[in-house]
Amino acid sequence: MSTNGAKPKLAMYWAASCGGCEIATLNIGEHILTVDQVFDLAFFPCIADFKVSDVEGYPDGYIDLCLFNGAIRSSENEHMAHLLRRKSKILVAFGSCAYEGCIPALANLTSRQAVLRTVYLDNPSLDNPSGVLPQTTTPAPEGELTLPAFYHTVKTLDQVVDVDYYVPGCPPESHQIWAVLQTVVAALTEGAPLPPKGTILGAGQVAVCEECPLARHEKTIPRFYRPYEIVPKPGLCLLEQGLVCLGPATVCGCGALCPRVGMGCRGCYGPLPGVVDQGARILTALASVIDVTGKPGDNEEELARRVQDAVSTIPDPAGLFYYFSMAHSLLHRARVADNQ
Amino acid sequence: MSTAPSSPKSQERIGVYVCHCGSNIAGVVDVKDVAQWAGRELAEDGVVIARDYQFMCSNLGQELIEADIKEQGLTRVVVAACSPHLHEATFRTACQRAGLNPYLCEMVSIREQVSWVHTDRDLATAKAKALIAGGVERVAWHEPLEPLIVPINPTTLVVGGGIAGIQAALEIADSGYPVILVEREPSIGGHMAQFDKTFPTLDCAACILTPKMVAVGSHPNITLLTYSEVERVDGYVGSFLVTIRKKARYVNAETCTGCGLCIEKCPVRVVDEVFEAGLGYRKAVYRSFPQAVPKYPVIDTEHCTYFQRGKCKACQIFCPTQPKSINFEQKDEIIQVEVGNIILATGYELFDCRRIPQYGYGRLANVYTSLEFERLCNAAGPTGGEVVLRDGVTKPKTVGIIHCVGSRDSKYNSYCSVICCMQSLKFAHLVKERTGAEVYNFYIDMRTPFKDYDEFYQKVLAEGVHFVRGRVAEVTDAARHPGEEGKIIVQVEDTLIGRQRRIPVDMVILSAALEPRRDAQEVAHKFGIACSANGWFIEKHPKLDPVATMTEGIFIAGCAQGPKDIPATVAQGAAAAARVIGRIHQGHLALEPVRASVIAERCSGCRICNNLCPFNAISFREDLGVTEINPALCQGCGTCVAACPAGAITGTQFSNEQVFAQIEGLLMLDFSGAPRGAAVRMLEPALS
Ligand SMILES: Cc1cc2nc3c(=O)[nH]c(=O)nc-3n(C[C@H](O)[C@H](O)[C@H](O)COP(=O)(O)OP(=O)(O)OC[C@H]3O[C@@H](n4cnc5c(N)ncnc54)[C@H](O)[C@@H]3O)c2cc1C
Ligand code: SF4
Ligand code: SF4
Repeated sequence: MSTNGAKPKLAMYWAASCGGCEIATLNIGEHILTVDQVFDLAFFPCIADFKVSDVEGYPDGYIDLCLFNGAIRSSENEHMAHLLRRKSKILVAFGSCAYEGCIPALANLTSRQAVLRTVYLDNPSLDNPSGVLPQTTTPAPEGELTLPAFYHTVKTLDQVVDVDYYVPGCPPESHQIWAVLQTVVAALTEGAPLPPKGTILGAGQVAVCEECPLARHEKTIPRFYRPYEIVPKPGLCLLEQGLVCLGPATVCGCGALCPRVGMGCRGCYGPLPGVVDQGARILTALASVIDVTGKPGDNEEELARRVQDAVSTIPDPAGLFYYFSMAHSLLHRARVADNQ
Repeated sequence: MSTAPSSPKSQERIGVYVCHCGSNIAGVVDVKDVAQWAGRELAEDGVVIARDYQFMCSNLGQELIEADIKEQGLTRVVVAACSPHLHEATFRTACQRAGLNPYLCEMVSIREQVSWVHTDRDLATAKAKALIAGGVERVAWHEPLEPLIVPINPTTLVVGGGIAGIQAALEIADSGYPVILVEREPSIGGHMAQFDKTFPTLDCAACILTPKMVAVGSHPNITLLTYSEVERVDGYVGSFLVTIRKKARYVNAETCTGCGLCIEKCPVRVVDEVFEAGLGYRKAVYRSFPQAVPKYPVIDTEHCTYFQRGKCKACQIFCPTQPKSINFEQKDEIIQVEVGNIILATGYELFDCRRIPQYGYGRLANVYTSLEFERLCNAAGPTGGEVVLRDGVTKPKTVGIIHCVGSRDSKYNSYCSVICCMQSLKFAHLVKERTGAEVYNFYIDMRTPFKDYDEFYQKVLAEGVHFVRGRVAEVTDAARHPGEEGKIIVQVEDTLIGRQRRIPVDMVILSAALEPRRDAQEVAHKFGIACSANGWFIEKHPKLDPVATMTEGIFIAGCAQGPKDIPATVAQGAAAAARVIGRIHQGHLALEPVRASVIAERCSGCRICNNLCPFNAISFREDLGVTEINPALCQGCGTCVAACPAGAITGTQFSNEQVFAQIEGLLMLDFSGAPRGAAVRMLEPALS
């Protein structure tokens, strides 16, 4: 792809994200030297001083590989998504925010107004007596000051631009990042074939359970526990012990890091291939194994109460089951008006 | 990454057929408009022809489809008519006749789901269009499927040797096929063997039952396993592998002549709670009743002196056979049999009358249950057929018979036990006949619906039995005036005269409800079938398929399916046998290919699905770490498909593509009937 023997161009950009993806990328260890050998950096605000105007100055398709992390939560994020799409040959939705919405997209359970209210008005550590809220334009003596517009709904990268590949994870595991880079490098330098467009890179094909060392059995779960409520027995599937684990509904690739240390999988690697809605999947799975075995003559209200009791041990199902995938899910957002 | 499948629609040539069902559908839905709309608006989705017709299920209607398949080259068919339960098979077969794979046909229910449940013509018409659009989008994703052919082992297992199981076993054996009959008690016969006379003809129960029992015992095609229970069922229709526990009888069937000397010599008397309903005694080595089949006794180790204290052996000592037929060393035996079909005829249990304390059973000596009374009347029973009070000598002068004890009562069983009215009338007649006593029947409604039943009622009325309509409040021995001293008083509101009455009697008989066996749920689970909320085994269809179940190869008959009298029980036994014989004749069975399968490469072995299958089709392969579904056991219910968090289980005819396409289609119009554009799409407002 690169022409005239010049090195391929690499970009990495952050939209609505925490910066963990960059850290994870830099955490690939000595391989970073290879990256430096193979690529020229074209844009990487986290580690090098590029300006947006630099990017705007590039010809279209100038960047060979752009790792775009972060969700689309503001007009600036969206603008950058369009810009980098235009300038990049391969655009990767990198990390859970860009791929699925991740933590920022939990804001889709509420409204823009409610978010602003919480952040700028209701927060106990705030000092904002005149109730100032961010405005897109503010007149000032020096001229008009502008800020990006804050969206009501957080979107994934592929909900605003065309995306070539996805790399899941919050953040993606460094060894997986290196594997993804190798795939692309091989294609760019040796002409190896690229995976088909839309492929999820840097993950397995099976659920996290596949990589999880804990022993699994048939499950009937009378109630759920939050992580602080019990100390799990070692060696035994956490779900069977009532600890919600999204492992069965989450694609592997992380090495089952969380369950290995007694913490249920939170689902950051996203759904399995072909699954449209990870949250709905784990929801139906858990609903299927709640232990409310009845017998004939059991009073229906009593059964309903037992189901309710079991269900109410999960205080925030939407937040738990759609921890990472809200923007990408069938739900996408709660039906709440912008100004509510 | 969008949810909407990229439809293969334009490649298909789809025919849409909208049925009037006389006025059933056309009375509420504008079927002509629906057909025209489909032809026009769904053209770009592949619809090349859309017709409406009076009766699609008629020969002419089916021929319409067949002709279009051949002449118009249809590759998919959508029939909008009644529920697929009724006519899916009809239209699939029509497609097949025209050379189209039958599973490329989709039925849309616009009768049960539209015309029968709506009244607004415009809205109903719009809903019919939406459902058809869903069907059209969906059918494009259908795949041609082939049925799974399984061979049928000609041996049949019958579980339960009451009259239902006996009838079924004999029908099959008589038609030349082997039967294995498993009965839990030491003898077959079930409840019927305990009765004296049977309504409405009053023929002696033993006289009509024992010939059948003997026939079972001696039939060359019947292997009778009494005192046995099924432990485990593996496999599926056509080839079940059944594990049976033959409990140790401590009597060697090969040598025992059934002379009964051991019974005579046994020193231990035990109250017989089963056959004599607690009214009489048996020995520790016993035969349930004289005509028991098989004739060999069993030793009840719990009461046998030898088993309890290590000495006695009277039975063995007196046994005249050589070698001795009593063998204290006998052990339970586990055997495995292969069968093609299974008939469950495990019957019922009697309601425990102690649960209604105000009726005094267990507290007032002369309050009897219906089964106790049957034994009391029985010439072979503890009193030799004398109807006497518990003292064993006094004949009652007045008898009260209470109907519906534990039935039609929301506190116990809300259902009607079917037989109690007739059985109470039978008792009234028998009491009159044996004692000449005054008889009062306390009933709520008199239910005598079948052949010769009401005639029997008239006869009993004419015999001078008193009928008091009202639910009995209390049965007590607390006398209020001298006339009640020493009597049991039945307190009741006689609703026909609108007055409280206290009727002093000597004996009260409680016509107890029939209830499901206490282990019915467990047995159902073992055989992969289900119980209703009341606990009876559920049939496949309450009217059209009363002896089949949702599990292929498992049939039900008799009271296990719900309360019924002997004629209905026998009819079901024969019906189940006929179903089985038909299968055996065919030699194989084509199973619906609509079923689930695990994509092994996607299964992580999380084991969420492992205990969910109502048909026990799911098993976990420890060696491979993945789950498997047995295609012959799977009934395609979809439970596991929904549960698998990894999406590793797919269901044919219910793939994600099919379901999402159907939803897309359904959402194509809003309910003002406006097509497209005006559609209500959940995702769009949020995304745009
Ligand atoms: C007091 C009374 C009087 C009646 N009088 C009449 C009458 O006059 N006329 C009439 O038409 N009907 C009468 N009935 C109804 C009649 O009893 C039933 O219709 C009939 O007996 C039902 O037969 P069945 O074979 O379905 O069940 P059952 O007679 O209950 O037989 C079931 C058999 O299955 C066996 N079994 C149960 N579970 C298992 C297991 N897990 N494994 C192996 N074996 C098992 C049992 O031991 C039993 O032998 C009367 C009922 C009652 C209560
Ligand atoms: S639920 Fe799915 S992934 Fe889990 S064991 Fe069953 S088939 Fe496998
Ligand atoms: S779909 Fe699944 S749960 Fe249902 S019958 Fe088949 S294997 Fe069992």
